[in-house]
Amino acid sequence: MDLSIPNPPAAGPPAAGLIETLRARIARIGHSPPRPRGPALLLGPPIDAVLLGGGLSLGALHEAAGAGPDTEHGAAAALFVAGILARQSGPVLWVVEHADLFAPGLAAAGLHPDRVIYAEAGKPDAVLQAMEEGLRQPDLAGVVGEIGGRLTLTASRRLQLAAETAGTIAFALRRSRKHDDPALAEPSAAVTSWRIAALPSPPPLPHTPDTPGLGRQRWRLELLRCRGGSGKKSWIVEACDATGRLGLVADAGDGSAAPAWRRSA
Amino acid sequence: MPTLATDRLRRHGAAPLEGPLVTAAHDGRRIVVAAADAAAAALGLRAGMPLAQAQALVPGLAIHPAAPDADAAALGRLATWCLRYAPLSAADAPDGIWLDVTGCAHLHGGETKLLRDLAGRLATQGVAARAAVADTPGAAHAVARFATPKEKGEKGGGVFPFPSPFASSLPFLFVVPIGETPAALAPLPIEALRMPPAHADGLRLLGFECVAQLAATPRAPLTRRFGPLVATRLDQALGTVFEPIVPVFPPELVQARLSFVEPLLTAEAFAAVIARLTCTVCTALEKLGQGARRLDLLFERVDGSVQCLRIGTARPSRDPRHLARLLGEKLERVDPGLGVEAMRLVVPLAEPLAYAQASVPLAEAESADQDVSALVDRLENRLGAALVWRAAAVESDVPERSVRRVPALAPPRRTTWPADLPRPVRLLDPPQPVDAMALLPDQPPVAFTWRRVRHRVRRADGPERIAGEWWKRAGEVRSVRDYFQVEDEEGRRFWLFRRGDGEDVATGDLRWFLHGFF
Repeated sequence: MDLSIPNPPAAGPPAAGLIETLRARIARIGHSPPRPRGPALLLGPPIDAVLLGGGLSLGALHEAAGAGPDTEHGAAAALFVAGILARQSGPVLWVVEHADLFAPGLAAAGLHPDRVIYAEAGKPDAVLQAMEEGLRQPDLAGVVGEIGGRLTLTASRRLQLAAETAGTIAFALRRSRKHDDPALAEPSAAVTSWRIAALPSPPPLPHTPDTPGLGRQRWRLELLRCRGGSGKKSWIVEACDATGRLGLVADAGDGSAAPAWRRSA
Repeated sequence: MPTLATDRLRRHGAAPLEGPLVTAAHDGRRIVVAAADAAAAALGLRAGMPLAQAQALVPGLAIHPAAPDADAAALGRLATWCLRYAPLSAADAPDGIWLDVTGCAHLHGGETKLLRDLAGRLATQGVAARAAVADTPGAAHAVARFATPKEKGEKGGGVFPFPSPFASSLPFLFVVPIGETPAALAPLPIEALRMPPAHADGLRLLGFECVAQLAATPRAPLTRRFGPLVATRLDQALGTVFEPIVPVFPPELVQARLSFVEPLLTAEAFAAVIARLTCTVCTALEKLGQGARRLDLLFERVDGSVQCLRIGTARPSRDPRHLARLLGEKLERVDPGLGVEAMRLVVPLAEPLAYAQASVPLAEAESADQDVSALVDRLENRLGAALVWRAAAVESDVPERSVRRVPALAPPRRTTWPADLPRPVRLLDPPQPVDAMALLPDQPPVAFTWRRVRHRVRRADGPERIAGEWWKRAGEVRSVRDYFQVEDEEGRRFWLFRRGDGEDVATGDLRWFLHGFF
């Protein structure tokens, strides 16, 4: 194989064709394909544009964690994952270390209780083993594992390989007693890594800000890592509705979700 | 077992434990007592008595319909159970069991101990029993039903009664020593010889009262008058005519065994053997139309000890690869010692498993109908059956009671919780107390302190009032919880509740609790 790198042009941005050639070559060398196979789950146009493959790829391991004080319970992260799985069809395996999930809360994100099989593993190692068992089973809609503490590179690679073979989407829901535990940011083989933080929500009725009550919850969705993609990105979204769909917020800080005519104005 | 029918009803919880109990059946003309328990018998009730008379004698008598088929089935199961004492066992309808204990009694410490053990085990199961050991089945049958300790004491020979270890069972256990059968039978009434009531009545008309008189009479006139039955029964009881008993056969276990020329030590070798054993067993199960629910794998070691692995399946299965994998996952728990000479795979529990028609669905299969039993089996064998579950909605407003765990393979219930009530995704169990400041009676808290962190409430929704369920616990007659969904300045949402409605102290002590996170 010819491994010599073609000489880049002396100046200016590299040609698009060159990058494609290099990507194809890397794909031939390494095991992990930069372009995930199989279909992808859409999260919303601005988010999908960043994700490789045009969405959250099925047949891959994804990480999700809460932020700040929510790192311990990961409530927003659990809802985020539940919403994604709610839009799939088929049974879901949800492996927990200790049962503190409340099924009506998951049902509110669209995940019907008949679809979820819970497994209470008791120990972090057992969670990983049970997740692998789930990924060996064909036709599951997804496997979720709540992992407290570290997830080693080896363990995450095993899960990623299993998910890739099965074509099932897998989520590692990272939890830790420490707020923003640095252990959660350690490298792993997961294809994407998300952090979901709660944001103050706007008044339920925008025209009368003094009306009491609560509107839809708001999250800051941070993409910490994405294999084959660019660096950190974050979006402000409305939390999952009853069918598990996120809402893009038109008045987000960078205005990315606003219609193009308004942005240009 | 003179009160088998009523004992069976009590054992199954169908009848009250105390008080006289009878079963009733229609004899063609009227409703009569079919069986009476010990308490009813003590009050003078007997089988065959008109039910109306029985009710007149005993007010408040508990009556259940007789179920002869269920009694016979229970007797059959009991006969199978009795195989633990002897290899030959037979049900003797309607209320007896024959056991051929020849050569087995010493295994249980002698005939006396065997009877005591048998009656004791039956008594702990709520079945009263009388039992006898004798030379012939006929004699044992007669002694067990008709001998009384008093008679024996007077005659001084033949029967050796001893008290049963359990007062609740009838204290009648007898051992007739070898050769003493005629003496033991002599004082018994003629009904002891298993003849139809018409014959017994006829003999009594002729003045025969006990077996001794019958045995001393010439046979020919008796045979001419009553047919050959009377003489045959007498000979059978005395042992001059051999009487076989038709034994029950234990349900045959599906099993396979492989023994090895050289002892095996490695996990790879065990896995290969497991693959062969499961194939054999699954072929056998397929012939029977059954699937395994439980499998025992026995490792017979060189030193003579046996190691055992047990797996269970949530649904009957005869897929050799699936079963082999379940067994293979537990291999690490086996200590092969110096080597394993033979392995045996037994199916102690199998259930019918029919072929299913494989079809290509026109539409995508419904999610809950997809077969995940293989996954559930693997998880349950790894974690334990209680730790794999599905959640099911329960009609209760109290959050802790609104979810019930059901087995992972329970049929889908298609019900969910009301969508318009906010429910957190994580629930704290038990709710954790917080310090909160709120205006009474029904304002949400302005701020609350949980784990020494103060959260200022920016927005809130509520209250959602949940009243106690007085029909479940008397203490909840007046108790009330007011739930609020609050959002702090960072945007985190909490589910808080206050015990009490804020006005009436009887409804709660106004303390605040954190119950969950959104």
